[in-house]
Amino acid sequence: MKPEFSIISEWIEPDSRVLDLGCGDGTLLALLQAERNVTGYGLDLDVGNIAACIAKGVDAIHTDVDNGLSEFSDQRFDYVVMTQALQVMQQPDQVLIEMLRVGRRGVVTFPNFAHWSTRMQLMLSGRMPRTRALPATWYNTQNIHLCTLKDFEALCDELGIRVLERRVSDDQHRNGRSRRWFPNLSGQVGLYLLDKPR
Amino acid sequence: MSETTASWPADSVGLVSPRSLHFDQALELDCGRSLEAFDLMIETYGELNTTRSNAVLICHALSGDHHAAGYHSADDRKPGWWESCVGPGKPIDTNRFFVVCLNNLGGCGGSTGPNVVRTDTGKPWGPDFPIVTVRDWVRSQHRLMQALDIPRWAAVIGGSLGGMQALQWSVDFPELTRHVVAIAAAPRLSTQNIAFNEVARQAILTDPDFHDGRYTENGTVPSRGLMLARMLGHITYLSDNAMADKFGRDLISGNPQFSFEAEFQVESYLRYQGRSFIDRFDANTYLLMTKALDYFDPARDFGGDLVQAFERTDAGFLLVAFTRDWRFSPERSRELMRALLQAGKSVSYACIDSPLGHDDFLVPVPDYLKVFGQYMSRVAEEAGA
Repeated sequence: MKPEFSIISEWIEPDSRVLDLGCGDGTLLALLQAERNVTGYGLDLDVGNIAACIAKGVDAIHTDVDNGLSEFSDQRFDYVVMTQALQVMQQPDQVLIEMLRVGRRGVVTFPNFAHWSTRMQLMLSGRMPRTRALPATWYNTQNIHLCTLKDFEALCDELGIRVLERRVSDDQHRNGRSRRWFPNLSGQVGLYLLDKPR
Repeated sequence: MSETTASWPADSVGLVSPRSLHFDQALELDCGRSLEAFDLMIETYGELNTTRSNAVLICHALSGDHHAAGYHSADDRKPGWWESCVGPGKPIDTNRFFVVCLNNLGGCGGSTGPNVVRTDTGKPWGPDFPIVTVRDWVRSQHRLMQALDIPRWAAVIGGSLGGMQALQWSVDFPELTRHVVAIAAAPRLSTQNIAFNEVARQAILTDPDFHDGRYTENGTVPSRGLMLARMLGHITYLSDNAMADKFGRDLISGNPQFSFEAEFQVESYLRYQGRSFIDRFDANTYLLMTKALDYFDPARDFGGDLVQAFERTDAGFLLVAFTRDWRFSPERSRELMRALLQAGKSVSYACIDSPLGHDDFLVPVPDYLKVFGQYMSRVAEEAGA
């Protein structure tokens, strides 16, 4: 299981209602159901993932998150979660807006493109970086909207979204001192807890 | 008798036999009339467990009946209509579930319906059989449930019109319906759906052999009307692409014959489907079934609000749609999904990418069986089956 899931689980209050965008095989929601007694749904584009969710006892909706969340009314959920999917969205800004329309709070995780290893690779080799957090080649990656922690926070600011909590970690989600001091340089993955004052 | 030893596929329930149950308490119907007594023809597969918690009900669609799976005899060439999904190890796993399937009231498979002789008059019901609704069916299925001493359905399952009955169960008997599986269904018919049904009905009603529904007494069969109705239906069961792939535009004899004989493959397909239907189906029943479809609208009693209709249920729902289905398109299943989401109900939805169209619900499409199977597996675990 991905280490970031245990951090997310710490953030989620018990008995919450959770919507997971790009829920994959339902591992996170299954964890949250077990540890936090949440109820909710996972949304995914892949029918195999829908079957995997159902097998785990996770309610799953087969849909394309890029088409919006019009099926859900305002503030319907306590948390809308999206792990490692922001960068594959057609319109990440619109997704963020939608997340905080249907949810009181948002949880977002994504690979930080400003991590030192990415910067070094690009600078020294002059080629698109491939790291443990970003293993795909430039031509077969699904990531179309990569960003850095700073980029993301700037977008949140622009959208009137407030960062309640931020964790940065390497791909093992180890928490080092440097990551606290130079997050945008030393963090491989950014984890954010967000809300939007109304 | 067959001289060969019967051998069924390992994943078939094998030899099955239907049985008839008699109900002698009057059943009030939505139309205001009532049936003083009635019979239901049923089949069951698998074993009811000691806690009676593993029973599932299968509801049939427009032209279906109680024979969902297995074979009636050693020389039976065709298995039941949902053989793809019912059997050992299949989504509706007969090793785990006690499966009940019935022929609905008004049907022509042995349950009380237009082709059955009335005890009071000694004549067939014919056109005098009351128009029944999905709610009436659910009420009669509830009687069946009581007769079988089943405290709660682990799931009520159906495709198309069968899915509508499953949905109605959750509305009318929320405490008796633990799960609903509605496949290729809709919250109600579209205007276009009703229009198609009306053409089918007119084909039957205007057949000179129909005799206002008293064709049996007149020694006729409105076969032309019934055949046309079925042909029309079959057009809506397949997608444009599936028809093109299956039949193309090839002429049977290679060249145009400049006649009205069946020249294109699709013509002979439709004629074959129509003709074979006459032998197994009743025209009055066809009228009733299409009417039940038209009237189906679980939201009607709730001011047209589907969300409210689902308010009382705690059932878990699985909705499945098929990409090429244009009779009850994926958008119709999404309407159901939206209402259930809004009502805060437990619901999963999958849209299966498959070629045929509406008919896909009868076909073993791998993704479909996977989603369906996983869901039923959860249902079984929960039911202790």
